Amino acid sequence: MESIRSDVAIVGAGGAGLRAAIAVAETDPDLRVALISKVYPMRSHTVAAEGGAAGVVKDNDSLENHFDDTVAGGDWLCDQDAVELFVNEAPRELTQIEHWGCPWSREPNGRVAVRPFGGMKVERTWYAADKTGFHMLHTLFQTSLKYPSIQRYDEFYSTDLVVVDGRCRGVTAIDMRSGQMRLFRAKAVIIATGGAGRVFPFTTNGAIKTGDGMAMAYRAGVPLKDMEFIQYHPTGLPGTGILITEGARGEGGILVNRDGYRYLQDYGLGPPDPWPRKKAMELGPRDRLSQAFWHEHNKGRTIESPHGDVVHLDLRQLGEKKIEERLPMVRELAQSYVGVDPVHEPIPVRPVVHYTMGGIDTDIDAASRIGGLFAAGECACVSINGANRLGSNSLTELLVFGARAGRGAAAQAGDEGHEPDQSAIEEQAAAAQDGVGELFRRTGGTERIPHLRKEMNDTMELGAGIYRNEESLKESCAKMADIQRRYAGIELEDKSNVYNTDLIQALELGSMIEVARAIVVSALNRAESRGSHQRLDRVERDDQNYLKHTLARYSTDGDPSIEYRDVVITKSVPGERVYGGGEK
Amino acid sequence: MNKRDIEFEILRYNPETDEKPSFQTYRVPCQEDWVILDAINYVKDEIDRTLSYRWSCHMAVCGSCGMMINGEPTLSCKSFLRDHPDRIRIEPLSNFPIERDLITVMDDFMEKLGSVKPYIVPNEDRPVDEGEHRQTPAQLADFKQYTACINCLLCYAACPQYALNEDFVGPGALALAHRYNLDSRDVGREARADVVASNAGIWECSFVGACSQVCPHDVDPAGAIQQTKIASTVDYFKALLMPWRN
Repeated sequence: MESIRSDVAIVGAGGAGLRAAIAVAETDPDLRVALISKVYPMRSHTVAAEGGAAGVVKDNDSLENHFDDTVAGGDWLCDQDAVELFVNEAPRELTQIEHWGCPWSREPNGRVAVRPFGGMKVERTWYAADKTGFHMLHTLFQTSLKYPSIQRYDEFYSTDLVVVDGRCRGVTAIDMRSGQMRLFRAKAVIIATGGAGRVFPFTTNGAIKTGDGMAMAYRAGVPLKDMEFIQYHPTGLPGTGILITEGARGEGGILVNRDGYRYLQDYGLGPPDPWPRKKAMELGPRDRLSQAFWHEHNKGRTIESPHGDVVHLDLRQLGEKKIEERLPMVRELAQSYVGVDPVHEPIPVRPVVHYTMGGIDTDIDAASRIGGLFAAGECACVSINGANRLGSNSLTELLVFGARAGRGAAAQAGDEGHEPDQSAIEEQAAAAQDGVGELFRRTGGTERIPHLRKEMNDTMELGAGIYRNEESLKESCAKMADIQRRYAGIELEDKSNVYNTDLIQALELGSMIEVARAIVVSALNRAESRGSHQRLDRVERDDQNYLKHTLARYSTDGDPSIEYRDVVITKSVPGERVYGGGEK
Repeated sequence: MNKRDIEFEILRYNPETDEKPSFQTYRVPCQEDWVILDAINYVKDEIDRTLSYRWSCHMAVCGSCGMMINGEPTLSCKSFLRDHPDRIRIEPLSNFPIERDLITVMDDFMEKLGSVKPYIVPNEDRPVDEGEHRQTPAQLADFKQYTACINCLLCYAACPQYALNEDFVGPGALALAHRYNLDSRDVGREARADVVASNAGIWECSFVGACSQVCPHDVDPAGAIQQTKIASTVDYFKALLMPWRN
């Protein structure tokens, strides 16, 4: 097998991977970076983020405010040392990407503009109209072209980590153009592969978000942390799941039910006026808003549509000028995909799976428990998002922790420890190759990939929706175990080498099934309600037993084993989350 | 939901087995609110697992799923079946070599993108601690349109000059160079001129404007190239008439 040597290998070239690559290059231009991604960098899903990136920059704001909002928004499941570091480094990272050319929207005096976002006490979300992720991704990608030490491997699908003597020594990947397996030898590896929204049937996530990096780290022995916390974004377009940014509500948009009533006032988020008002009504946190939709639906107060019930997001009061200036993509998306011009009509929306709060267990330096292995961005769980991420913290997170991962990996690359056992490395790479080879040659299969994928999607919606209960979770756990067993019975229908997307989809499905099992088993074991994890059979938060991170550990046979770790509390004592009128 | 059977003629090519590309026809039971990509995904999932193509976001921003749809370069995730007849022809983007089926070889574009130095060349090394640059909304408006390129390559597929001369830097990369040239934080225009104002750069463009017509995000590469030509001409005459300023 051809082996490619570098100092730092990065899997994933979205926001976090690119930021990490630049950090390595800036730390030491002599370090060779292999930037490996299953898609060209500008296709990465960071591109679809819309609303903005949070960081304290204005005089009316403070780091304490950002800290408090984030910790309360996460229902006190965030590690507070990590949040403190995050809010401290956020302004610097956002300024850095401004220097690299990110076209942030501006105030008349030329300073960067900020907008209000859900669950945030003060407006602190930097934005580039409503294409913030797109602009950040392209700015990072284009900036990365300056550094000759960054060597890209576009359209390489990573399959397995190589771990010898407790240290990560590289990663195996399929060159999709030739179908050949390559061994990327490296002194440090960073995983930056994004989330796993595609385990669900209705999601804002692009097709590529299949949790490959999470699954790789998980199989290599790193626990997946807090996987039960899945964010439903309250405003997706019916049918496609296309995201309509929270920025639309930040600018003054309202949500109404079939009677034209601003129903959020019935769920502890009111009173409705004055509007707009921070941390109230439509600017409450995403978990609360999606849960309110569920209740409205049960009360029969939502609106029927061919793709499931909806409520209306009404932006008409903003006027055409403001919509064009601040939300041009929202207008375009609504016009194209649901035939509605938000200048004249409300947009039909429903909650949609958006973000995995959980992920690869890392410390505040983005390091995992395996030496030389780092993770950053949505695939990682540091944890700053706790039980519910606040909108606009994730774009900042991928900068702050992508940079930290890059600097950490650069330091490790200079200190590899003793010379690794070459034959052990090659053995592991060969085993990875054999695994893919077996799948490739398998005959007599009884399962079809797309059908098994659909069963997985439906199982996850059943068990791990906005509201969960013990019974449906048990059923989903059993069903997912069965799906994993049946996965061994898939057979490829495409046996060619060049760009075999049947093979890639099969491998992606394997990753998704592993991640999906971690989600439902973690959710079944957490017998309380917190943030985005709401159990109808355990409606209260239980700090006595569950002020803890869930750690799901991979098992080759059977369900993952579950352990817990205390949340790091430094200065904010767990309290009640207060939104709306109760907020002082 | 209304259903309609649509015949898709899709260009297939497997370099391991096929001498040349040929069309294969699939009959797809389509929902009327689908986009072309939904129908192609149906073919992949239900009819033929060997069909290969690129896609991800399904919301016209990742730029993966550009194809020739009835001869027009189009994002398949933004092209609605309701706007098409019962027979639709799908081919990979023109002017690029085919890697497999609807997947083209993008190496040439990626190289050209890098060649125009698409990053800020700063005037001074401003420390991050000094905060952001001041840039007024008017200064932002000067270049904002040209930041919207998603690298979908529809403009290259539409460009008659790129079809004739593959050395042509092309609309997308030239528009991006223009974007940085116009940015108040940047002083890299001269550094980019080597490529941008070369024979394979702006002067190769014959201003047919097909690139701007197919652009899904109204970037207007043709306009960018015309503006760059004017700026370069001014530079040329300045150097000729005022050599002491060089």
